[in-house]
Amino acid sequence: MGKRAAAIVGLTEWAPKRVWDEPMFTMEACARLAAEVLADAEVDKSEVDGLVINGLRESPLFAPSALAEFLGVRSNFNEVVDLGGATPAGMVWRAAAAIEVGICETVLVFTPSVPAPPQPGANGGPMKMKMGAYMGGEVWGSPQGQFEIPAGLVAATPSFAMAASRYMAEYGVSEETLAKVAVDSRYNAQANPMAVFYGKPITIDDVMSSRYVADPLKLLEIVMPCYGGSAVLVTTAERAARCPHRPVYVSGYGEHLTHKSITYAPDIVDTPIRLAADRAFAMAGVSRDAVDMASMYDCYTITVLLTIEDAGFCPKGQGGQFIDEHSLRYDGDWPLNTHGGQLGMGQAGLGGGMSHITEAVRQVQGRAGERQVPDCDIAYANGTGGMLAEQVALILEGA
Amino acid sequence: MVHFSSDGRPLPTPTPITAPFFDGLRERRLVLQRCPRHGYFFYPRGRCPHCLGDDWEWGELSGRGTVYSFTVDRAGHDPALSSRIPFAIALVDLDEGPRLVGNMVDCDVGDIAVGMAVEAAYEDVDETTLLRFRPAT
Repeated sequence: MGKRAAAIVGLTEWAPKRVWDEPMFTMEACARLAAEVLADAEVDKSEVDGLVINGLRESPLFAPSALAEFLGVRSNFNEVVDLGGATPAGMVWRAAAAIEVGICETVLVFTPSVPAPPQPGANGGPMKMKMGAYMGGEVWGSPQGQFEIPAGLVAATPSFAMAASRYMAEYGVSEETLAKVAVDSRYNAQANPMAVFYGKPITIDDVMSSRYVADPLKLLEIVMPCYGGSAVLVTTAERAARCPHRPVYVSGYGEHLTHKSITYAPDIVDTPIRLAADRAFAMAGVSRDAVDMASMYDCYTITVLLTIEDAGFCPKGQGGQFIDEHSLRYDGDWPLNTHGGQLGMGQAGLGGGMSHITEAVRQVQGRAGERQVPDCDIAYANGTGGMLAEQVALILEGA
Repeated sequence: MVHFSSDGRPLPTPTPITAPFFDGLRERRLVLQRCPRHGYFFYPRGRCPHCLGDDWEWGELSGRGTVYSFTVDRAGHDPALSSRIPFAIALVDLDEGPRLVGNMVDCDVGDIAVGMAVEAAYEDVDETTLLRFRPAT
């Protein structure tokens, strides 16, 4: 039996949008998310004594204290998590672990991603815009700025494309099989009115005829960047039992990383997912067969293939066959990313990674509506950060 | 750190510890640090990433290796390089061990394959020389 110390008891999520009509400071977004998630869990703000964030635009330093001040929270656990797309999953286990240790009882976990109101007299600056793809790697002394950026290895797509390219050479998988991941995700998105691609199903042919962005990855295998935001509330098992929704225990977790730039990954097709997932499953005392639905970080189709294999759902090298043989749809035999994944719902910054957790929680709590997986008690959720670099795996179990 | 060439391309700004690598490129030599216990490593840093020893020495490599993986950027992920698409980015396993990143030159992007033999090539851009790779002769 896995951990039963802390549970997710509430969530809120804003529909991802490519254009955001209501600019907000990050702290304002957190306040609104906090009000919504506390209402969802029927927990009073005075019970909150922990904050987990990725940072605050309005307070680059002293971020947790700035947010506590803004929200009027007296906080005992204050964490800034920096794991790229794995950040939300990393936030959730840190909150659960802090509760288990006894340093705090009720933790707000935030992943806002909204534009700020326009700054008077500022246009963002052409240089800042120009370097956006470098993600900070341009700073003095950065290895990335000296070796990867001058080679054009920037943003994320070329790195994941190299993982796909290597996988195809080493194990073999067809582009049609990778396309099926995008198609099944899009099918699931048709049951999620919040999805950016709601009302827009696609076929294998659509994916295959979309343009190459970085060989072998094509446009429809790549997430759509969006704005949005989400939050979850994590609390003690005892407090969770008095909340309106089924408590979702964070019963196992694992985290692993070895590199930042993909150049230095020990093996780009044997990812850090493996060690993170092994630890999570061992901690939860759960077998792969017991998982009722999986919520896998899907910045690209190849990420899903590698995650299915490295999280141990099929032997290495057989992920393509697994994808071909299973329906990954919410009404299929192996429900995956039932919200549409980020491929179907859109990637609202870190809210994209959080969407895998909110969906797993909805499914276990039995409030996934039209796309509800029957008798869903155990979910696997994970996050992939950076260039197949940061990895966090979670086992989420209903009480 | 990055600075930009006269034609707008991102270029490396060498640091005290990486300068010998970039100085080598200017002389058409590929030089890396070699740990007496763990061999060559990349990228240059003050201590061996295997044992954290600092008794390494600079040494010259053959420049020969094989393509571990590659991609062709057809979208211009770096706006500063968008006028140069399509271009190939390769991860190359040098015969002496370390894995480096560089652009492929002197070949059609459609002819690149995982496992192909390559050799170091050098391209001068303003005052900087960049490491490239081309099909082995």
